[in-house]
Amino acid sequence: MRFNLEIWRQFDRESNGHFESFTVDGIDPESSFLEMLDQLNAQLGREKQRMVAFDSDCREGICGTCSLVIDGYPQGPRQVTACQIYMREFTDGATIKVEPYRNSAFPVMRDLITDRSALDRVIQAGGYISTKTGPQPDPNSMPVSPETQKEAFDAAICIGCGACVAACPNGSAMLFTGAKVKHLNLLPQGQPERTTRVIGMVEQMDAEGFGGCTNYGECSRVCPQEISLDVIGMLNREYRKARKDEQPAHRAKMTAQ
Amino acid sequence: MSEMNGAASTNGNGLPDARIPDGPLSQKWRTWLDAHHLVGPRNRPGRSVIVVGTGLAGASAAATLAEQGYKVKSFCFQDSPRRAHSIAAQGGINAAKDYANEGDSIQRLFYDTIKGGDFRSREANVWRLAELSANIIDQAVAQGVPFNREYGGSLATRSFGGVLVQRTFYARGQTGQQLLLGAYSALEWQVKAGNVEVFSKHEMLDLVKVDGRARGIIVRDLETGEIERFAADAVILATGGYTNVYYLSTNAMGSNVTATWRAHRRGALFANPCFTQIHPTCIPQSGDYQSKLTLMSESLRNDGRIWVPRKPNEERPPAEIPDAERFYFLEERYPAFGNLAPRDIASRAAKHVCDDGLGVGGTGRGVYLDFREAIAEQGRDAIEGKYGNLFDMYAKITGDNPYETPMMIYPAPHYAMGGLWVDYELQTTIEGLFAIGEANFSDHGANRLGASALMQALADGYFIVPHTVTDYMTVDHGEVSTEDAEFGRVQDEVEERLQALVDVDGTIVPQEFHREMGMVMLDKCGMSRDAEGLKEAIAEIRRIKADFWENVRVDPGIEELNQSLEYANRVSDFLELGELMCFDALRREESCGGHFREEHQTEDGEALRDDEDFASVTAWGWGGEDGEPVPYDEHLEFENVELATRSYK
Amino acid sequence: MREFWDSTIGKKVFVAVGGTILVAYLVLHMAGNLWSLAGPGTVEPHIDEYASWLRNFGEPLVPYEGTLWVVRAILLAALVVHLVGVIQLRARNRKARPPEYPARRIGRSWESRLMMVSGVVILVFLVVHILQFSTLTIDVTPLVEGAIYANLYWAFQEWYVVLFYLVAVFLVGTHLRHAIWSVFQTLGVDSPERNGQIKAGASLLTVVIVAGFAAVPILFFTGALGVPIDNEPTAAVLAGGGGQ
Repeated sequence: MRFNLEIWRQFDRESNGHFESFTVDGIDPESSFLEMLDQLNAQLGREKQRMVAFDSDCREGICGTCSLVIDGYPQGPRQVTACQIYMREFTDGATIKVEPYRNSAFPVMRDLITDRSALDRVIQAGGYISTKTGPQPDPNSMPVSPETQKEAFDAAICIGCGACVAACPNGSAMLFTGAKVKHLNLLPQGQPERTTRVIGMVEQMDAEGFGGCTNYGECSRVCPQEISLDVIGMLNREYRKARKDEQPAHRAKMTAQ
Repeated sequence: MSEMNGAASTNGNGLPDARIPDGPLSQKWRTWLDAHHLVGPRNRPGRSVIVVGTGLAGASAAATLAEQGYKVKSFCFQDSPRRAHSIAAQGGINAAKDYANEGDSIQRLFYDTIKGGDFRSREANVWRLAELSANIIDQAVAQGVPFNREYGGSLATRSFGGVLVQRTFYARGQTGQQLLLGAYSALEWQVKAGNVEVFSKHEMLDLVKVDGRARGIIVRDLETGEIERFAADAVILATGGYTNVYYLSTNAMGSNVTATWRAHRRGALFANPCFTQIHPTCIPQSGDYQSKLTLMSESLRNDGRIWVPRKPNEERPPAEIPDAERFYFLEERYPAFGNLAPRDIASRAAKHVCDDGLGVGGTGRGVYLDFREAIAEQGRDAIEGKYGNLFDMYAKITGDNPYETPMMIYPAPHYAMGGLWVDYELQTTIEGLFAIGEANFSDHGANRLGASALMQALADGYFIVPHTVTDYMTVDHGEVSTEDAEFGRVQDEVEERLQALVDVDGTIVPQEFHREMGMVMLDKCGMSRDAEGLKEAIAEIRRIKADFWENVRVDPGIEELNQSLEYANRVSDFLELGELMCFDALRREESCGGHFREEHQTEDGEALRDDEDFASVTAWGWGGEDGEPVPYDEHLEFENVELATRSYK
Repeated sequence: MREFWDSTIGKKVFVAVGGTILVAYLVLHMAGNLWSLAGPGTVEPHIDEYASWLRNFGEPLVPYEGTLWVVRAILLAALVVHLVGVIQLRARNRKARPPEYPARRIGRSWESRLMMVSGVVILVFLVVHILQFSTLTIDVTPLVEGAIYANLYWAFQEWYVVLFYLVAVFLVGTHLRHAIWSVFQTLGVDSPERNGQIKAGASLLTVVIVAGFAAVPILFFTGALGVPIDNEPTAAVLAGGGGQ
């Protein structure tokens, strides 16, 4: 198969980028999208031209390293990660546009690679249960119904790829943040830090420069893990309650002094 | 304990002593813990540890050491610690908790692991692993890992290959992901607490020794290309396995051997490099430009039946082939374990039926994994509940619907049992350098059982290395600065090597050399090996290596983001490792576990061990650029188990 | 409270609450409008009676038009919060996603895409509407204070007024369809099991509000509603207003 590629080239964070056109030929329809890019790079290498930088690692849809925008769809048009897109899904001779994620919280490092460390910092702000390594209670002393486990799990499967942010016209990270809050706040282990977790994560999310949610639902529609928009409802609810609950706590502290 | 803290003594043939504590097997770890030296809480912030790799072992070790109060620097080449390849582990994690009330115990997990490893692992290490297994589950649940639950809310378990009890805990088909996110969250908590500094997109390129001890690393910032130096009191390598030496494997694209290989070149012995695991249930290769193979969890073998048509070149679709004409080769050859035979055995059996021309799929290198009966018996919903995400993944990749038509699978390189040689304390032959998780060789012998990798990585990271590193750091080895001349010398070497790669100025991208060498390795040092093939492989790898240094294409520009440079550097190390693997496979004149030598098999084609000569670990020393590697043996003492023929019939 | 307002989620909650107050008012307003469908009446149009009842509401406990002014103050506050919140969020969102590279629309509903447009048009409409029927400033048709029915009647005889109102009401509808559902999501009172019903409810309420508002100009324009009793507007103006 033969394809025309319009690929975003940008040298580093500071420089301006532009689209560059390439043609690849002899592509096996069973090749994945990334394998097609590998072949483009082999071709560029032969011609001693600078190869296209793009991120990938596991190439089986779980590590979340891929970060392409293919024809305007973050990760690709089929709601799977870019590494799980196959060339058989495109028509022969098609022109395909490949861009990096386009939101301010994820600066472009080079070509198609963006810096998504903002998501790590959102986790640092509360996406954990503060428990040290050491003796722990037997898990069966803390039963969790399979329904709750399932609900928590459906949020916990987030791969942190950031496609939700890239799809959002507001560059919002609510689906990502909501997924982690839902995962931990549903489980019994997550209860003690329920309030501080959501407040910390939302504050960090804002500080990183992510936008707000306007309930378009595009994040959920591109999410390779099919995380439901419901996590955003839960995030909103948890945050609203947390802000309400923290007020009496402040007052109590002041009286004690 | 007298051996602790001291310079390593040797066992008489040049290999350091494994420093296994005295006493009965079940008491050894307790004895060690009771006697090891401690660093007081006030002194801990003054001690620093470098942890390279943020997978299950690295993240758990970094988080735990930081919780204890040490200053930790954590490095990963990925853009976030959460992306380390442990994330892709699917099926589960073993623990001897006996929730299923089957009479499971530490002893049984220990024995299964030793037997599964074909009696090529250390008793003391494996016992400790089994002993710690239950704590891992408790720790993970406390972190919020959402393991599957029974209706009453208690943890669910299932069975896995090579085992007759249900001791595998799982989080759907994403157990590795959930466990890693647990360890990652612990790590990020410690980042927030100011005890860990994470350097993402930083790749370790060399180890720095000062006065014979590991005191730091040289890394390259993969975004800016800057070469940086980091010093610490101890260095832990948690950099995973090297199965990408086969090019097509279930490993991630970035998985590499560079960190451990550079440590090896600096004096750390590399043990059992030829022990690699070929996983039986992967999606078969479909095209020439394929860059990786995708694993389907072994748990599928719980309910799926593996077969090929009895007639060669069968053209009927699988559904039309009657039962009598189906060859359920695992069930026929291994009636006791059937489809749950251990990985090495199941893989080899699949290879043999395909070699006999019975294989299916476009390339003839595939076998069916059929859920027809399981769906008929348990209902589609039950199967979907257990394997839904795996079925979806299969459908996404192949375009086939496994609920309707059998899956096709074929073995693929998956895991490296070999790795840096470590003693009981997980310390390599370089003092102050520790290796944990898949990066070391320790617990799985010649074959790893399913759901044991996660267990070992987390046992090492959460419960073992934080204590053994503490013991090491009770002695003040003196201040070291990155200004030390040794740092400068090693940095120069690193820079020269990178420059050399750029200077080749060829036209062939690193991936093509990688693919070429991978084919040689898979063909001659893969599921079965023979002396002649291994010798050919050594010659071919040398040829590819020479060609590589003549013709490799690397984008110019070291001080910038340069993926071709990263890749070429990794391939250059794989080329050296590949040769060592062949030497090791050649020297081990027996068949055991994943190492199957055609010359050593029973009449019915099973592996034939030689306990007389090879009940040992081979630890290899670096022989220099042009020299040959130097083998050292660690004899394995079996005081608690009887060396038996490994039978799953 | 300050922290809450400063966070994107908190600000959205304010926007949602402000919006909800406005929607609640819309429902009442729409219901009140329906009095005009009772026609010109025999003595006084029902709508005019209703209007004076509103003005006198609570007397003598509250002064004349007192309740009305309280309601107006609440509405103004709700509107200001809604607008300021939206403007600030919008600025944030544009910073988070620079407009040079607009996101491809992936299944976004057209109503949600139009929120900003519909919001601005509704705001303009609101001003015109108040200037026309409350302050009687825009008197392209004869207007008499208190003569609600007559004012409506004469206004909606003009095709362009009818068209303007219908367009505005339609945009209110598109705004509401996304807005009502969003309120549930933003306040986090949605749930996966109920989301289908919430969305259906949002659509239903939207249809009811749009139909209720649209009925008035349409029925006047088509002549389904009779001429006011005093069908000579200039006479009323000369009489000094006040209807009958």
